Amino acid sequence: MNRLETDLAGQSSTQGAVPLLSFEQIAMTFPDGTEAIAGIDLSVAPGELVAVVGPSGCGKSTLLRIASGLTTASRGRVTVRSEQLGYVFQDATLLPWRTVLGNVELPAELRKIPKTERRVQAEQAIQLVGLTGFEHHHPRQLSGGMRMRVSLARALTLDPSVFLFDEPFGALDEITRERMNDELLQLFMRKRFAGLFVTHSIYEAAFLARRVVVLSPRPGRVSGEVDVPFGYPRSPALRFEPSFAEITSRISGLLRESHQ
Amino acid sequence: MSARGRPVVETPVVDLLVPRDHTSASGPGDGGAGKARIRAVIGTVVPPIVVATVVVAIWLVVSYEVLSPRQRFLLPPPQQVIRVGFLDFHNLSEVLRGLWSTTQVALVGLFIAIALGLVFAILMAQALWIERSFYPYAVILQTIPIIALVPLIGFWFKYDFRSRVIVCVLISLFPIITNTLFGLHSVDRGLLDLFRLHGAGRVAALRKLQLPAAMPAMFAGFRISAGLSVIGAIVGDFFFREGQPGIGRLIDVYRSQLASERLFTAIFFSSLLGLTVFWVFGFIGNRAIRSWHDSAREPE
Repeated sequence: MNRLETDLAGQSSTQGAVPLLSFEQIAMTFPDGTEAIAGIDLSVAPGELVAVVGPSGCGKSTLLRIASGLTTASRGRVTVRSEQLGYVFQDATLLPWRTVLGNVELPAELRKIPKTERRVQAEQAIQLVGLTGFEHHHPRQLSGGMRMRVSLARALTLDPSVFLFDEPFGALDEITRERMNDELLQLFMRKRFAGLFVTHSIYEAAFLARRVVVLSPRPGRVSGEVDVPFGYPRSPALRFEPSFAEITSRISGLLRESHQ
Repeated sequence: MSARGRPVVETPVVDLLVPRDHTSASGPGDGGAGKARIRAVIGTVVPPIVVATVVVAIWLVVSYEVLSPRQRFLLPPPQQVIRVGFLDFHNLSEVLRGLWSTTQVALVGLFIAIALGLVFAILMAQALWIERSFYPYAVILQTIPIIALVPLIGFWFKYDFRSRVIVCVLISLFPIITNTLFGLHSVDRGLLDLFRLHGAGRVAALRKLQLPAAMPAMFAGFRISAGLSVIGAIVGDFFFREGQPGIGRLIDVYRSQLASERLFTAIFFSSLLGLTVFWVFGFIGNRAIRSWHDSAREPE
């Protein structure tokens, strides 16, 4: 445990490590003239979890769409050094007519990976998120938290080294959300992916990330960054420590500053 | 907060892992559920029976009290309709043969309409310019009184089976196009992104995402069109009289012969046909989507 902790801390503080994901002067203006993002520089090192917080409409989600290639930026350069991207959407976005297994298999199926192989991958991913036994349930039989786990499992199947999270737990109630955060960190400890996590919640950002990047209101630009000095693994009890409160109030202060 | 809604707090891990399985909920406690079901069935069956009894009573009163014996052919009493129309083998078999002919027209017409409707809807869903080019004509098709076209159709395609099917297709096409198109457009944006992200082409997206997502709307369209196809077939019978006479033709003949018992029988069977086709498509649609779609959920 201890070694892992220093390893991770070491990686992210090394300025020289080649980032797996980087944005250079990314700007985005929509065809209707709305300027969503005005020049963002941001990079995520291997094994680093970076959170992005900001007010609604500051282009957080757009940033992820640009990273994944779903949207092309108007200006700037985005580099992704990973063959596969794990993209976890705002909602679970499951196919309601498919079972849990069928949903988790989907990315591999679309990429034409042979049936037996993708079945094995899917079953492993389902186990990883703790849904073994629910393979043949349909989404509507599951709770919101469980649906989100299916969505996580689906993103895990192709074993990507870069993950994009677009406010995945925003629709869940507070308790479920905290539990999902704990579980996400466990997954992170096992897989050590590089992740960019977009969220509204300051607490979620501080609890998950190594660094929290604060964006300004539209057009979004980086208005500050807060280092989160706690190593991994992080215990759920961390949320109640004074040092954690200090971090969240710093993030909160940055957000308020950028609003003026 | 709300007693029926989702629990707000999902504390123990085990709790979170218990699925909300609505279909298996009726498993263990069947004793009470069975009684409730019987009560529900009685609740749905008895009221229509009461209405039917009242209607028959009014019918008898009109036949015997309102109409004089000379006028009674306008509304023969129910037992006479049953004796002449249903129990007389010759009369009944004539009506059933007509019914079968009309059924064939309706089913062939409906299947052609489904095939054409799906093709048009899928094409229109591919690009906005295709939809913009064709949709106005689909609307016009719906707003033209098809009856006005009927003489022209006979003029072009002769007065037989083929023309009856064409009328049937024209009448039942529109709901299939609009409903399918609506269904194809209603796909969740996030899911479309997911498919794009993993390099799915148009065909894969259509087959694995858009068509299944459109199924509830599609079947709603099929069911409406199933009812319309029977109307189309009977309208066709009225105008295109060559070949095996359909039930619409018989209705017209019985009217001209003042054979009201047989007229009533023919009307009864044509309604039954409409009802059956409508019900069969509702049943198939329900079967196809009930494992996942809320609208098809069995009563709890």
